[in-house]
Amino acid sequence: MSETAAYSREELLICAVARLLDGCRNIAVGTTSPIPGSAALLVQALTKGRARASILGSNVHNPFNDGGPELFDRAGQGRVDAFFLGGGQIDGEGNINLVGTGPYPKPDTRFPGSYGSAYLYFSVPRVILFREEHSRRVFVPKVDFVSAPGWSPPGIHRPGGPYALVTSLCLFRYDRERHRFRLDGLLPGATLEEVRDNTGFDFDCPETVGPVAPPEPDQLALIRSRIAGEIAETYPEFARARLGWRG
Amino acid sequence: MTMPESYISVEEISAAIPDGALIGVPKEDGGVAMAVTRALIRRNARNLRLITVPTSGMQADLLIGAGCISEIETSGVAMGEFGYAPCFRRAAERGTVTIRDATCPAIYAELQASEKGVPFIPLRGLIGSDVLANRPDWKTIDNPFAAAGDPVVLLLAVRPDVTIFHARYGDKYGNVWVGPRRETVLLAHASAESFATVEEIFDGNLMEDEKMRAGTIPPVYVGGVALAPRGAWPMALYAGADRDGAALKAYVEAARTEDGFAAWLERNVLSHQAAA
Repeated sequence: MSETAAYSREELLICAVARLLDGCRNIAVGTTSPIPGSAALLVQALTKGRARASILGSNVHNPFNDGGPELFDRAGQGRVDAFFLGGGQIDGEGNINLVGTGPYPKPDTRFPGSYGSAYLYFSVPRVILFREEHSRRVFVPKVDFVSAPGWSPPGIHRPGGPYALVTSLCLFRYDRERHRFRLDGLLPGATLEEVRDNTGFDFDCPETVGPVAPPEPDQLALIRSRIAGEIAETYPEFARARLGWRG
Repeated sequence: MTMPESYISVEEISAAIPDGALIGVPKEDGGVAMAVTRALIRRNARNLRLITVPTSGMQADLLIGAGCISEIETSGVAMGEFGYAPCFRRAAERGTVTIRDATCPAIYAELQASEKGVPFIPLRGLIGSDVLANRPDWKTIDNPFAAAGDPVVLLLAVRPDVTIFHARYGDKYGNVWVGPRRETVLLAHASAESFATVEEIFDGNLMEDEKMRAGTIPPVYVGGVALAPRGAWPMALYAGADRDGAALKAYVEAARTEDGFAAWLERNVLSHQAAA
């Protein structure tokens, strides 16, 4: 935790992601996503359950009980509003790579795999890309392997796609007409120059870029009192190490 | 309750899985048959092909590291909060295991086609991805019911030779209770044969009990059951809370090098002859 700020970086990211979920009713969170999961649970708590979080791996915070296919079937019907994806590589058109760097199938560095991305990126309207490491290693001019494309030509059934990209330095929004990211806000301590230096792709930038809004007091109180414990069911190590949970 | 007479041992299950078999396994929290996995390694199984439903963690990593696997169809192999799967990564980077990269709903759909006995099944998404580009067994057609062009991907049905899983209860009638793990039910329905290990014996008939029946896989799908308390260790039997995080972390750290993995395997698997 920072010495000076009244909130930690994790808390700021959770709140920044939660704002991107405004208006969503069904928010699904996949594997290895503790911060998006915390944000989804925060939105669920703030809306008093009107928004429904589904945390993969959770029994309590997962309204699905018909096995693994149910989330995908529901997304296929258009009944999942938001989902999160990451990427070992992400490029400026929103293509994501969860498979590996270098040639395929024998990569230089192998990542775990595409998971649900090659389907959910197409079917979920608001896919938020979440990748804390903001570096040229991650944000590349062109991904080496397309686990899921950022956009599709006309004629391809595609109600879903990228909506925003959240990193440890900044927040981008995705422009679906132009297939490009636009810088939307900076995290504390980050500068536009630093973002440019660490981003391998070209992006749009307004004349002035403001800071990402800090957490509201009610959000912070909820994270500390309730969300830390809720996310600990699925991510105990994260909750302990990064949210100060002592369960 | 004493062990039912019909039950077999973990070693008998591993012996019933021939080298070269296509094995279906449920995801990390879906009842992973780790005791059988260790027995397969002890019997020096070779050229197994794995289909993970839809992902895997330590099970796939162990089998790969021990040299049991020639091919894996998966949507992802990782150790969750503990990071990447070291043996899977090494094998991929060296090209020693064939990886058929998929996406989660595609693996479910391939099995659903097998469950229905139909040759293929359509799935949305995928178009324009390198996942699809590297799957010559999948085809894109034009939706024959659409007025205008509407490309859609067709996936081949996949029928595993054998599925292995671990479950909470078995009864003396050969029924196995997996509760809400519907993907394990799907796997059992889609596979030619299944073997289960169970945590404990249920006193009564699971098919007779209204609360248990819906979560039960009857013996028409299960060729043999073994009693194996803590048979998913160190994976969770149900949800993340009962997994052994310290053991998983220690494994990931040890397996970062080949020597470390070999020492871990000797200590935790090979030296435990005929122990689940």
